[in-house]
Amino acid sequence: MDGIDTRQLVLDPETANDYKGRVDPDWCPGCGDFGVLNSMRKACLDMGLKPHEILTVSGIGCSSNFPGYFNSYGMHTLHGRALAVATGAKMANHELNVVVTGGDGDGYGIGGNHFTHTARRNVDLTYIVMDNEIYGLTTGQLSPTSSLDMKTKSSPYGSIEFPFNPITSAIMNGATFVARGFSSDTRHLSMLMQQAIEHKGFSLISIFSPCITFNHDNTVKFFKRRVKKLEDENHDTGDWKAACEKAMVWGDTIYTGLFLHVKDRPSLDAAEPVLDEGGPIAHRTEALTKEQGDRIISRMM
Amino acid sequence: MSSGQFEFTLAIGGAAGQGIATPGSILARLFTRRGLWLYAYNAYQSIIRGGHIYLTMRISDRQIYSHGDSLDMLLCLNQDTMDRHLGLLGAGGRAIYNSDTIKPGEAADGVQLCPMPVKQLSNRSRNRVIQNTIALGVITNLLGLEFDVLEQALKLQFGRKGDAVVNENVTAARAGYDYAIENFQPLSEPLPTGAKPLALWTGNDALAMGGAAAGVKFYSAYPMSPSTGVLHWMARNARDLGIMVRQAEDEISVANMVIGAAHVGARAMCATSGGGFALMTEAVGSAAMMEIPAVFINVMRAGPSTGVPTKTEQGDLWQALGASQGDFERLIVAPTDALDAFNVVPEIFNLCDQAQCPGIVITDLLISEGTFSADPDGIDLYPEIDRGEMIANGAAPNGEYLRYKDTESGVSPRALPGVPGYAHVVATDEHDQDSVLISDEFTDPHKRRRMVEKRARKIANIIEQIPAPELQGPEDADVTLIGWGSTEGVIGEAIEQLADKGITANQLAIRWIVPFHAQAVINAVSRAKRTIIVENNYSGQFYRYLRSETGLSVDGHIRKYDGEPFMPHHIVDGVIEQVAGKTDHYIPYQEIMV
Ligand SMILES: Cc1ncc(C[n+]2csc(CCOP(=O)(O)OP(=O)(O)O)c2C)c(N)n1
Ligand code: SF4
Ligand SMILES: [Mg+2]
Repeated sequence: MDGIDTRQLVLDPETANDYKGRVDPDWCPGCGDFGVLNSMRKACLDMGLKPHEILTVSGIGCSSNFPGYFNSYGMHTLHGRALAVATGAKMANHELNVVVTGGDGDGYGIGGNHFTHTARRNVDLTYIVMDNEIYGLTTGQLSPTSSLDMKTKSSPYGSIEFPFNPITSAIMNGATFVARGFSSDTRHLSMLMQQAIEHKGFSLISIFSPCITFNHDNTVKFFKRRVKKLEDENHDTGDWKAACEKAMVWGDTIYTGLFLHVKDRPSLDAAEPVLDEGGPIAHRTEALTKEQGDRIISRMM
Repeated sequence: MSSGQFEFTLAIGGAAGQGIATPGSILARLFTRRGLWLYAYNAYQSIIRGGHIYLTMRISDRQIYSHGDSLDMLLCLNQDTMDRHLGLLGAGGRAIYNSDTIKPGEAADGVQLCPMPVKQLSNRSRNRVIQNTIALGVITNLLGLEFDVLEQALKLQFGRKGDAVVNENVTAARAGYDYAIENFQPLSEPLPTGAKPLALWTGNDALAMGGAAAGVKFYSAYPMSPSTGVLHWMARNARDLGIMVRQAEDEISVANMVIGAAHVGARAMCATSGGGFALMTEAVGSAAMMEIPAVFINVMRAGPSTGVPTKTEQGDLWQALGASQGDFERLIVAPTDALDAFNVVPEIFNLCDQAQCPGIVITDLLISEGTFSADPDGIDLYPEIDRGEMIANGAAPNGEYLRYKDTESGVSPRALPGVPGYAHVVATDEHDQDSVLISDEFTDPHKRRRMVEKRARKIANIIEQIPAPELQGPEDADVTLIGWGSTEGVIGEAIEQLADKGITANQLAIRWIVPFHAQAVINAVSRAKRTIIVENNYSGQFYRYLRSETGLSVDGHIRKYDGEPFMPHHIVDGVIEQVAGKTDHYIPYQEIMV
């Protein structure tokens, strides 16, 4: 992990090109989001996914610029609304691999209601949150995950609000795949991403992705010293209580890795009878059949 | 009976929880099966028990669009109804009530009181709603119908609940029927029969069915009166019709889900009322920016804020016009009745698909919760479907695919996610033809201008496909009444009544708000002798829109904003006062206290 320069693409430029977007990222040099982008490109490449099989949906924020830098179908939607848009897209074409990308403000703040309910519904999508504990794009205000006492432009005397815990929240809301990553550890992250994309259901990877410009507390150095992988701790990913306990640890040790993996709950598209046969609804013939029309009229008589 | 002669209005009043809906729907079906036209309006409050519910059901042997002016028969399920509404009955009217619990009031001359000794007739049944069934027997008899007709209707209504329930109800109805033979005078002219059985629907059913006919495959909603009926219809029919129905966590999610589903190629729709629409508005703009076709229905109720959840108003016109930040166009149409609400949905979907833009159907409680009869052969469930320029599968593009290619029409073919070779990103930030963001590109005003004009061009081309409004009635009428959306029917009836009083009037009924046929409206209005705008709001929202689009003013106004819809005579009185020069701003008095 040491020595990885997140400014540089860690991939072989030849193959990585497959997922290179139309423009290069305009993130600040050193922004954690580069590591997330690279990990995602590696994961998709390793899985052999084709750009047209993926729909990347984001909201608004530095991190939400992700789809523009990634070669797949993409939607750069409203601040906080990516999960709702993605739910509609997934349910209308469940053959797409839907990946949602965004920030802590976008997903846990303004989009919090959608976070709760998308997890609960177990919509089959992969939610990649670049948590920098700050509002980056708006130049450094308090975020739902900012620590107590943290000084930002909107909390010049220190925050008095207790931070949101994405991992325990996701578990409590019924998410079936809950993980935490670190943008500087791209190998680990891209492995988590592969597992998450393969998981049939709602998967969250909340990623420490430091903002080099506006968060001087939660830096790469801060996390490097603290992160420990659950994989090295004999953690049972079927045990939600243990997962919550580990997720609450915040101090000299902060866990990354897969906290919870529930394999036996059907995703929303699998549970939806309208999708039992006939393929994605987006591809079906619009017109009603004569029989359907006759039934509608007979119920009105 | 000769056509256009028969008219009969029945009202049922009681408290929430007294089961008004059941006799209401039994009677409605009985009338429409007989081929009679019907319109029913239910005045109620947002409570599940108590309060006052007042269902007015008007039937005729010709098509009608309002609950009319007069009352012929009143069924009082409680004392409150007797106290409030007995005075509405004139000579020849009948008041039916449970004489065990309700004291009759002072009736006008010629009103027949029809007390039902419910305890005696029901053998002291403990069934709380047995008085409703006995009353059905009485009403059937008074209308000059055979008992059979009611017996069939009761079997249909209660069949699912088993023989015991059916028998109890048939026995009670029979007791009421027989009691009426002995004690009350039936109508002098019995109920006529129409040409063929008619169908029955609410405006909400019609909106939902319009969606189904248009090929809506994704419907999302968060419950809000008076639009919830659309959700209920969709949910009931989802599995039969292959429609994905999702109840979301809020209207923000609803609108955004719809946009996601629409983007991948499904026709997607949602319905709400003003409060929910307020939450949807940012998404409406995002559909415009990303160029995704989707339909949003706003069923208006009295506002502002939570307002009067169960009352009607035309108060959200400017909300629709101004929905979402930014300077962009969205299509807006206001249907005039249930059948039009049905027809307008496929119509706006085709236009939204062609122009790849959001569309808004703006309607109101009067239509959405009104019960209308319909000629089943007049409901076209197989309208033309035009998806516009859409790449749903296909060979790889020649050269690089530009999602927002700057074309002459402004329309750029849209590739659906999943199609190989066309991967692209759509964005709510301003973008160039290749969808790369230019929002924060250090200034490219020329690109920005080009994209603004491209989007605007798409809409400008739509107007040719929209029929221009035309004057209905004599060209040289004394008065031209202008209305929009749901007032068309009631204005039409008012015009007939005015003719009887020697005033000729015609109507300019506006359906399409955006795009607006300004020149056609200018032509019609400038020929008019006296123009009066009729609106269900305080401030004259449509009047202000008319001025903004045409520069025209009008001679007078009739406005109502008490939560209750216009009755024809409200408009008649307003016109008479204005013709007499007494006022140019008439506010009718609402006589029925509900
Ligand atoms: C409705 C709305 N409110 C506010 C904004 C302004 N805004 C844009 S991004 C952002 C916060 C971004 O923070 P986060 O989601 O954490 O992303 P980051 O930039 O930190 O990656 C805000 C408040 C907006 N675009 N839309
Ligand atoms: S402001 Fe922070 S989050 Fe945004 S690009 Fe720069 S470093 Fe990254
Ligand atoms: Mg952030």
